[in-house]
Parts: sequence; C-alpha cells; structure tokens
Amino acid sequence: MITFNDVSKFYGEVLGVNRVSLQIAPGITSLVGPNGSGKTTLMNLMTGLLKPSSGQISVLGLSPSDSEAVFQKVGYCSQFDSFPRGATAREFIEFYLRVHGYTREDTATLVREALERVSLIDAADRKVSAFSKGMRQRVRLAQSIAHRPSILVLDEPLNGLDPMARAEIIRLFRQLADEGMYVIISSHILHEVDMMSDNVVLMHNGYIVAEGEVHGVRDEIDEHPIQILIRCDRPQVLAARLFEHEHTVEARIHDDRQGLFVKTRRPDDFYLLLNDVITQQRLQVESVAPVDDDLNAVYQYLITSDGGNV
Amino acid sequence: MESTADIAIAPESRGSSWSLWMRQTLAIMSLEIKKNFFSRRALLLYPMAAMPMVLLAALTLVPPDTDEMENFSMVGQIFAGVYGALILRTLVFFGCAWIFMNLFRGEVVDRSLHYYFLAPVRREVLVVGKYLSGLVAAIVLFGITTVGSMLILYFGLFPTESRAFFIGGAGAGQLLSYLGVTILACIGYGAVFLIVGLRFRNPIIPGLLLYGWEWINFLLPPLLKKVSVIHYLQSLVPVPMSEGPFAVLAEPTPAWIAVPSLLLFTAVVLGLAGLQIRRMEISYAGE
Repeated sequence: MITFNDVSKFYGEVLGVNRVSLQIAPGITSLVGPNGSGKTTLMNLMTGLLKPSSGQISVLGLSPSDSEAVFQKVGYCSQFDSFPRGATAREFIEFYLRVHGYTREDTATLVREALERVSLIDAADRKVSAFSKGMRQRVRLAQSIAHRPSILVLDEPLNGLDPMARAEIIRLFRQLADEGMYVIISSHILHEVDMMSDNVVLMHNGYIVAEGEVHGVRDEIDEHPIQILIRCDRPQVLAARLFEHEHTVEARIHDDRQGLFVKTRRPDDFYLLLNDVITQQRLQVESVAPVDDDLNAVYQYLITSDGGNV
Repeated sequence: MESTADIAIAPESRGSSWSLWMRQTLAIMSLEIKKNFFSRRALLLYPMAAMPMVLLAALTLVPPDTDEMENFSMVGQIFAGVYGALILRTLVFFGCAWIFMNLFRGEVVDRSLHYYFLAPVRREVLVVGKYLSGLVAAIVLFGITTVGSMLILYFGLFPTESRAFFIGGAGAGQLLSYLGVTILACIGYGAVFLIVGLRFRNPIIPGLLLYGWEWINFLLPPLLKKVSVIHYLQSLVPVPMSEGPFAVLAEPTPAWIAVPSLLLFTAVVLGLAGLQIRRMEISYAGE
C-alpha cells in the first residue's frame, strides 16, 4: 500500500496539498484535477522530490526519503521534457540504469525490454532531440519502467500523444496494472481516466474532494443533486416553470441558449413534471439526458460547486 | 526467442553497498565528465584555459624591452607573478566556479536533476560522483594551462637555458609543484563552489564575495589569512609571489600542514554538501 497520513505541503505560504489522507492499492489510480489542484505535488511527495510540511507518507512500508530503497521499487515519469543533449533513446535509458548500479549486461537487457514495451526499439539509436513529443514521452516512460518497478508514477503521461499512441500506452498501463503493479496517473483528460482507472482521486485546490472506484465516487455524491440537460427551443420558459417546484435546486441555460441544465434532488418527480411542462408549453424538445453519467460530470460538479470542497 | 521479461535480474546483482556505490559513482562520473567537457556550458572554459598560454606566447614573441626579460634568473619571478595573479586567482578561481556551480545549479536550470534524484542512489554518492567529475575536468584543463604556460614562457624566452633547467635543474620540480598547487586549488575551490551551487539559487553573489575575500587576503592579519584557500596555496608555490608593498606579511604555512588542511577543509565542505543535498527538494518553479 501507498499511504498518505494527514499530509500537508506548503510552498512558503502557498498551499500545495492540505491534510491529505489516502491509501493507494495496486491497479490504476488516477489523480484528477485542474492545474494547481495538487496532483503533481502529491506525486512529488510520494517520490521524495518534495518533503511534506507535516504528516507521514509510506511507500510499501518505506519512507520516500530513503531514496536508495524506494527507487528500486518506484519509477516516476515526470512531466519535465528534458534529456541530456545528444543522447539517443538507448543511451538515455542505459545511463540512468547504470546509475542504479546494474551491470553492463543487465543494463542492455533491461533497456531492450523497456524500449520494446513502449514500441520504440526501432528508434533506439536515434537521438532523442529528433523525436516527436509523443516519442519523447514514450522514451521517458521507458526510462521509468526499465528497472521493473512495482510502482509506476506518471505525471500527465498522455500529453502530446496521438490517438494511436495514446491507446497503445493506455493498453500498456492496463497490462502493467494487471501484472500487479501500482500505476498512478495524473491527468485532466477525464474520459481517458474514466476508461482505464480502477480508482480515481479527485483533487481541487490542494484537497481531495472524492476518491474511490469511479462508481464509488458517484455514490459518494449521490446525496447531491443530479444534473440533467434538456435540449429545447425555449429554455427560459422551461426554467421558469421548473423553479416553481421545490426539488429543483438550480437551472442554468446552456451557452448556446438551446438547452437547460437542471439540478434536482428528486429525479423521478422531475421527469413527471417535465412531461407536464413540455405538453402545456408545447416545447420542442430535442433530448433529455443526465449529464453526470461519467467522471467528467462528477468532476465538473465537484470543482464548480462550493459543496465540492469537502 | 526467450522473452526479455523472463530474464531474471535480481536486485542482488546490484552488489554490496561499497561496490554498488563505486559503480554508481563511476556511472555518474562517466556522464558528467562528458558534460563537463562537451556540453554547451563547457565552451566557455576552453578560451578561458587557453588565455594565459596565448598571452605568454605573445609575450615571448614580442618581449617588452626590459632587463627582466633578458635575464634567465628573472623568468621564475615573472612566472610566479603570472601564475599567482592570472592562473591561480583568476582562471582557476572562476573556472572552478563555472564548472562546480553548474554541477547542480545547471541541472536545475535544465530541469534534469530529477533523473538522478529518482534513481536508487544515495544523494551523497551523487555529490561525490559529480564532484569527482568536475575535478577531472578542472584538473585536466587548468593543469594543461599551468604546465603549458610555464613551458611557453621559459622555452619562448630562453630555449637553451630552459632545456638544462627542466632536464637537469630545478625546473621539473617547480613544474610539478605548480601543477600540484593547481590541483589543490581545484580540489579546494571545487568543493566550495559545489556547495555554493547547491545552496544558492543565484550563486554569483556569494561567488563574488568569496572572490573579494580571497583577493584581500594579503591585507588580512595573519590569523584571518588562514581562513582562506589562497593562503595555503600561496604557501605551497615554489617561487614566493610578491604581494606588494601594502601586504601584511605572515609566515607561510608549512606544506605538511597546508596540504592536509586543504584536504580536511574539502572533506568538511563535501560533508556539508551531502547534508545539504539530503534536504534538497525539486520543484523547478521559478528557475
């Protein structure tokens, strides 16, 4: 287990993360939140690049400050797109494996294995500086998995990847997780996280606002109103009628003025009421659909409503 | 074909602590030495290191019309002055500042230090590996400058006498002494600038303060003179350097004290650098 126990990190007076308590199990765990929400801080704390202002962190029973022991088990693919000048993909991975202390023979084996896993073996001897952003991303990923870690931490790993490469890398994450690895990913690309994650941790302003399985996170917010989008020709009229009923929490007209977002505490009653209003007002309705069926909606809800800051 | 995933590479193959640390140090050195000699930052060092030799070559080609330049016995004094002011106090000082401050600061600016911090290597090993790599670069460059400058001056002005001086006389011993002082300067200044680069986001100001302190050493009372690197180095040069009419004179420290003192000082500074790097965090923000 990776455990955060009441961990806070402040950069001077600026909050990084505040009072985070979290347990991460094997499988794919995604940290989701907008820029500045604390995802990278949490990852840097986990890998010892930052030290907590308070609280304790345990990585498979080890302290992140024990770099010699921890980094035999952890691979971290940061978002910093930097490489030694003039290095080829093979040299780049090889060099850092040598720093691990592997022999030349073991290093060669591990480099080949890592480059094969990210489908870069054919480009192994080309200079990284000539690579596309997506290829550089894959080289860094190869470098972080080359020593066969049990924990893989990836900061925005899908940035800059084309759809095919993205699908391939997601498949690799899944494969690594299925092998028993802890794969911890940060992202703001929600639909991808939704597809691949076993667990999600939603972050906002340095706080964890929800965590658990994707559906568990949904359950966690069931006490909150459900949001429904009604695409129709006169959303103002619909909004006025819906507000007459107490279970309507909020009604907001869509930016294109061809729809209405409604938050309601009693969906069943709401749908009955909606049918009445449509009939009475002769509204032209194109569609009625809940908009928080996926993590994106949960996330949007949590980060845009005051109630999300638990 | 056997799958690479099936090949067992056990953690035990990393070896015992000392052999592992040795391998890690050598691995760090191998990359860092390449960087120290061939990176873009290294380009500045070559003209710097060549400057004294070029100036002395020019001096021998177009010697000024003075008595000193016509008297072989004065060449030693001329070189002592050039060595003290130009090579030791300026070239070696600023060259070491450039090499050693960039060992860590340069990586922070390039946003690449995290690769080292994310490897299972003791951070102290990283300090040692980087320091030794800086030392190799500094000693090679400034050692060549020291030897080259001396030979250019002697052989450029008095080729025949110099041949006898270096082959059968005291020349070879003096040459080795100067080289030794240059090496000790790289060792001492290297450690100081390494920790300055670790400790300060903008190391130029502490570097200049240190430069000022080393330059005013000749004005300091004897006790304070000893709180500097240059005092011990000056004590070791084969031909004493004149410090001018305003210098506060003090007895040179004997070699048997000066050399161990410098080495001990270096060890203490590197120890402090080890403590410093253990506390170091990486965020790259504002770099």
